[in-house]
Amino acid sequence: MRVKPSRAALVVFLGPALAAIGVFFFLPVLAAFVMSFTDFDVYSLGNLQFVRFVGFRNYLQLFQDPLFWKALKNTLYFLLVGGPLSIGVSLGAAVLLQSRLVRFQSFFRFAYFAPVVTTLVAVAVVWRYIYHPRFGVLNFLLGLVGINPIDWLGDPAWAMPAIMLMAVWKNFGYNMIIFIAGLQNIPQSLYEAASIDGAGAIQRFATITLPLLAPTTLFISIITMIGYFQLFAEPYVMTQGGPLNSTLSLVLLMYQQGFRWWNMGYSAALAFVLFAFILAASVIQTRLQRKGGE
Amino acid sequence: MGAEGENVQQLLPEFERRHPDIRVRLQIIPWTAAHEKLLTAYAGNATPDVCQLGNTWIPEFIILNALEPLDQRLRSSAGIHDSSYFPGIRETNMVDGILYGIPWYVDTRVLFYRKDILARVGYSQPPRTWEEWHDVCQRIVDTGPETEHYAMLLPTTEWPPPVILGMQTGSRFLRDRDTYGDFSGPEFSRAFTFYIDFFNRRYAPVGLMSVTNIYQSFAEGYFAMYITGPWNIGEFRRRLPPALQDAWMTAPLPGPDINTPGMSLAGGSSLVMFSASSKKDEVWKLIEFLSEPEQQVRFYRITGDLPARTEAWQDTSLTENPYVRAFLAQLKHVGSTPKIPQWEQIAMKVQDYAEIAARKTKTVQQSLEALDREVDLILEKRRWMVNAR
Repeated sequence: MRVKPSRAALVVFLGPALAAIGVFFFLPVLAAFVMSFTDFDVYSLGNLQFVRFVGFRNYLQLFQDPLFWKALKNTLYFLLVGGPLSIGVSLGAAVLLQSRLVRFQSFFRFAYFAPVVTTLVAVAVVWRYIYHPRFGVLNFLLGLVGINPIDWLGDPAWAMPAIMLMAVWKNFGYNMIIFIAGLQNIPQSLYEAASIDGAGAIQRFATITLPLLAPTTLFISIITMIGYFQLFAEPYVMTQGGPLNSTLSLVLLMYQQGFRWWNMGYSAALAFVLFAFILAASVIQTRLQRKGGE
Repeated sequence: MGAEGENVQQLLPEFERRHPDIRVRLQIIPWTAAHEKLLTAYAGNATPDVCQLGNTWIPEFIILNALEPLDQRLRSSAGIHDSSYFPGIRETNMVDGILYGIPWYVDTRVLFYRKDILARVGYSQPPRTWEEWHDVCQRIVDTGPETEHYAMLLPTTEWPPPVILGMQTGSRFLRDRDTYGDFSGPEFSRAFTFYIDFFNRRYAPVGLMSVTNIYQSFAEGYFAMYITGPWNIGEFRRRLPPALQDAWMTAPLPGPDINTPGMSLAGGSSLVMFSASSKKDEVWKLIEFLSEPEQQVRFYRITGDLPARTEAWQDTSLTENPYVRAFLAQLKHVGSTPKIPQWEQIAMKVQDYAEIAARKTKTVQQSLEALDREVDLILEKRRWMVNAR
């Protein structure tokens, strides 16, 4: 039986939540949006007289800023290489952990998930040791197979791959858990039927696991993309965007413009451009996957 | 902030003993986060009563009206006097003739060099002029080991060297009341050309990939000269092998010609009082305490930060340190960078274009013109404000 809720009940139950969202989410977003059309900066902070409405100038200037393009390129590089890599590793780990051949499943599940809940700063410190050009264990291992040492975080060509590797290691556990949940929803009987029909392991994976995991994969790829678009903490802690801006991401640029140089207007404009990118990418991704599913 | 924040703790018990009614609550923040943190604190009305502020940050906080003018207090102070400080350093704390900070410790950049390498090419004294400087470089790269080696290290991740050279040729960096870039002007052009010549003539390596550890490279003789600051005295002593400890020295920077002393950067930190503070008298007592020559010497012994008070320099711990002498001489010839809040942002651009020109992506002239364009863009707001006033 459905009871039509009274207005009073609506206010009592929804009011507080809506008010909180309004004050702490919509209002700041609106303020930032307005700010993106002003030249709010350190002068304005001292005296509000020194704010001007500048229309779309921040946006126009943004598209002429070589640093913006550099940051966009870096972010896309991270997203397009690191994203699929991360999802692939997650899926691989999930399938392995679901397999009955693996023992100590819960131990591995814990071990792979541990980096996700570890503080990034602590992780970064340890990885800086791993990447150390002279004493790092990674170069030591490469040295054993005769590869010359690489200055992982100091070489513009290697810094981003180094960040990617660390980010994938740190984050794949989270997606892995979601994949495991997805895998557990696939009825075992399908696999048994396929085995009886003579399908091999690879065939079973391609024709049963992947299609039935599609909704999970869509969810994960969108979440991962949104997260990877907002790459910030890893380069902030590890490289500060260097060397030669090779690890400067959009959010790091936004942070530098906003909190280092205090160009809040410019920084807000960058935030909305980033928002537009993420929105567009999410829509495209959803469309593509729907089409693929039909 | 940083190491200073940690080490000042050792001085505070003495202060609290002398002023039992005052308790100092110390908050240590890392240098890398300090600027953001202080601006955010200002925006949130949560500034501290007193803090140390890098000299180049002072103009920004003055524009915010965050700092308390200190002239009055200084005039009536028994412990501190105007004449206690190096004029060039004191000047960095003044804007429009008003004093906002009391210098706490100072730093500037001098030439660190390998005595043995310079002696080998016939220089028993470090170069004093630009001409000698390039000459000694030429001799070092012409002679010496077969292996790749250079005379200078000028990392393009550091903006001070080109700026210092510009200071030496009399560039003001900006023009028209600091509202336009003046980097393509004749003074800075001359300095920048001289700077880029270090790379063009292969006196200095381009890029940093080859030098992962400056101490090791300096010890190997990969380069023989490096412009850096007082913090490296301690590092060089700790990190260079014992056999080399007598082979390096510091010297004031060479000047453009023999009659013009080589200027350097007036750096360091000052103690400032925030105007929002409700305990200004107590704060002043703390500033006076930390400025006592005795405390300055103690602080130098703990941290190696050079004291701002000239009286403190008479202490034997400083007079007997040969590496410090060059700093004392240099501190008499120091200048400040333009006192506008955008300076750090501009300095980063100088650094970017120094690298571009060093890598020959653009010519010197093109780089400086492009640099001016970017600086003009950064200063757009300032132009509007200056004109509106």
